Amino acid sequence: MPADFNWAIGGEAGDGIDSTGKIFAQALSRAGRHVFTSKDFASRIRGGYTAYKVRTSVDKVQSVVDRLDVLIALTPRTIDENLDELHDGSVIIYDGERTTMQDVEIPGEMIGLNVPLKALAEEAGGAIMRNVVALGAACAVTSFPIENLDSSLKKRFGDKGQAIVENNKEAARKGLEYVREEYDEEDLEYDLDTTDNDYVLLNGDEAIGMGAIAAGCKFYAGYPITPATDVMTYLTGRIEQFGGHVVQAEDELAAINLALGAARSGARSMTATSGPGIDLMTETFGLVATSETPLVICDVMRSGPSTGMPTKQEQGDLNMLLYGGHGEIPRFVLAPTTVAECFWKTVEAFNLAEQYQTPVYLTSDLSLAVTEQTFEPDAFDMDAVEIDRGKVVDDDSIGDHRTEQGQFKPHELTDDGVSPRAFPGTAGGAHMSTGLEHDELGRRTEDTEMRVKQVEKRDRKVETARAEEDWSPREFGDPEAENLVVSWGSNEGALVEALDLLEEEDVEVRVLSVPYIFPRPGLSEAFESAEEVVVVECNATGQFADVLEHDTLTRVKRVNKYNGVRFKADELAADIKETLEA
Amino acid sequence: MSSQVKFTDFKSDKQPTWCPGCGDFGTMNGMMKGLAETGNDPDNTFVVAGIGCSGKIGTYMHSYAIHGVHGRALPVGAGVKMANPELEVMVAGGDGDGYSIGAGHFVHAVRRNVDMSYVVMDNRIYGLTKGQASPTSREDFETATTPEGPKQPPVNPLALALASGATFIAQSFSSDALRHQEIVQQAIEHDGFGFVNVFSPCVTFNDVDTYDYFRDSLVDLADTDYDATDREAAKEKVLDADKEYMGVLYQDEDSVPYEAQHGLDSPMHEVDDGAPEGAMDLVREFY
Ligand SMILES: Cc1ncc(C[n+]2csc(CCOP(=O)(O)OP(=O)(O)O)c2C)c(N)n1
Ligand code: SF4
Repeated sequence: MPADFNWAIGGEAGDGIDSTGKIFAQALSRAGRHVFTSKDFASRIRGGYTAYKVRTSVDKVQSVVDRLDVLIALTPRTIDENLDELHDGSVIIYDGERTTMQDVEIPGEMIGLNVPLKALAEEAGGAIMRNVVALGAACAVTSFPIENLDSSLKKRFGDKGQAIVENNKEAARKGLEYVREEYDEEDLEYDLDTTDNDYVLLNGDEAIGMGAIAAGCKFYAGYPITPATDVMTYLTGRIEQFGGHVVQAEDELAAINLALGAARSGARSMTATSGPGIDLMTETFGLVATSETPLVICDVMRSGPSTGMPTKQEQGDLNMLLYGGHGEIPRFVLAPTTVAECFWKTVEAFNLAEQYQTPVYLTSDLSLAVTEQTFEPDAFDMDAVEIDRGKVVDDDSIGDHRTEQGQFKPHELTDDGVSPRAFPGTAGGAHMSTGLEHDELGRRTEDTEMRVKQVEKRDRKVETARAEEDWSPREFGDPEAENLVVSWGSNEGALVEALDLLEEEDVEVRVLSVPYIFPRPGLSEAFESAEEVVVVECNATGQFADVLEHDTLTRVKRVNKYNGVRFKADELAADIKETLEA
Repeated sequence: MSSQVKFTDFKSDKQPTWCPGCGDFGTMNGMMKGLAETGNDPDNTFVVAGIGCSGKIGTYMHSYAIHGVHGRALPVGAGVKMANPELEVMVAGGDGDGYSIGAGHFVHAVRRNVDMSYVVMDNRIYGLTKGQASPTSREDFETATTPEGPKQPPVNPLALALASGATFIAQSFSSDALRHQEIVQQAIEHDGFGFVNVFSPCVTFNDVDTYDYFRDSLVDLADTDYDATDREAAKEKVLDADKEYMGVLYQDEDSVPYEAQHGLDSPMHEVDDGAPEGAMDLVREFY
């Protein structure tokens, strides 16, 4: 029996695939098993293939693999789509009475469990529960105690009343009993252990939203776009409990300008979008930087350019985040590498934004956004959250930052590049800020000397940050290995698991996972001491590899994936091995 | 402090670079007086300016202020006010800024009904870019980019506002100092989005919509028995193709501003030293 277990439910969009998958994932998590989920979905609301996949183990799981052990197939296409991941002994649960499934042939040595999902659901109270019948059947196949399902059914359907919850529990039991009666348990070799561990299960968008609240963010404005919308959905109804507010703006231009306004009022403020939205926000991004307004702008990347593939993975926006905007714009670009890091980097983004009065791009990607992963609750230890608001002046301290005529200097030229900040309402702090080049008072200027001083002041903030903050990468694998693999963003999990697979093949690797795109760690030493350097990323041109070559004056090898699907651990191990040998 | 505030306290020490005679001088004076008269002072006032000759106003006034990007002043103002409802927020810009590049935001700002005032200096031309047709230019108004006129009907800002659900619609004229100040004051005092379209002549590029033209043609609603709370009457007035009006065209006295609807009643700038109390519950939700 393999150490980890891979399960999926697939069908047409509109079949309730997502919520069914999530119910099972939650049940596993509550039973003390680690879970890592992924979704295949298309940009349609009804119709079109969609699947929710769960990898689970008693050990930590951080990636998807090319293997499916149990598949609930609501349509024949679900089987076709997953053929390369199914293997001899895989179990396929299907409803042979469903018109479209009547002629289904179960391939090779796989085990088909023909369960009358709809009929059993009707017996339990309604055809709508056929997916839950399938979950019960899956419990039978995996010897997974069905009681674990009950609490996640309650969580999902509790709002609809106790009767609905009970009907669903009943539906699940019908599926379980049917399989037990009709099939020989010896054929069904899977065995899911439970543990006493308590895990939480959440995705990257939720972690970003939670991080924002933890960091004291009070204002969020956004415009819906896949895969960033869940940040807004998460915050809605929650941030209010902490004195905050969410606005669904008329477009991204409004969203970033609303967020800018709130930030100028002194609120910790954020907007989130995906590539096309970042394009629209770029003009205002320049204003944010020039007016030295602290703002967190989150880009949950998807495949581009243009509308690209909205429901597919890519890390193609790096150049835009680094260089986007006319003129030269100081900025920070953070890229969390795991779901838990989505939380912590969000907290960090707010601190950096305020400490340096500079916009911060927080970039994650579709894979992080839609992946639900289990963590010990301690991974989000709220007591460890630190807040630094930077140089805020109040009615008393403002006196140190005024001209002899008593005017406040919001763009005061300072050694560290950071000026004092007065929230509106501060007595004697009234000042103008503008996207035009300005003097220390914030008033428009074309004075050549002042222009140079203000440009240098803004750039100096980045130099200060480089010196003051820790921009180190996360390190894995063998520190002495000759081969160095560098990655950014969501590839970390797959890479960590690929390490074990590479080790089995005697390929020793040192891995640096870089969560800071700008400023970023100096990697020259690491590059020099390595025999080979491979940079892994989900884009076609190797944008991060280019940047690192430029930094280190060293040629690197590249592993790029840009078909819209995230790296899988086993595939990545093979790619790295091949690239190192080439 | 407010009782001692003079309108000149809202003046910055920057000399305006507007052309001598530009309508924006009068518009600005009315705004400053209106702010002072309604009990505000520079430290509790936030002015958001658009881009254009009109947008320069933020530089010449003294208050907390931001001069934004072209067309996006309204969402900035809304963000400022939502995050600190205690501030008096005034947004200002031009007809190009507000009804062309920013037209989308205008419609939604009206719908949103945030308690702030919006003053549009309507000179029916692009001033800062040196005389191109604006969305309020007449159909036959000849400019370098429209040699035979735009050949499309002008935007009707008042009708657009009414159709979008405005709770306060007014029109004024920058050179009628007293009336202008009065109208701006009413917009400030309105509970919700106080929209004022101000005829603010461009003496350099527009020789049609001049001081004389407005002086002769504007009908002051204060001189009539017009009832501004009557929405049907307002419809008629804003769609009247033969006359242009000065005064408050529509006011919904039951207007409930956005902040009240959403329970926003205190500034959001306070933040705890660490994660807010109860934040661990957010984690527990994911069990
Ligand atoms: C994105 C963008 N496009 C174009 C411009 C150039 N621009 C500056 S002001 C302006 C028009 C201003 O016209 P209006 O709003 O009527 O103001 P006025 O100058 O007449 O007061 C334009 C097109 C700009 N600053 N930004
Ligand atoms: S160009 Fe027109 S709008 Fe601009 S300052 Fe001169 S008169 Fe005023």
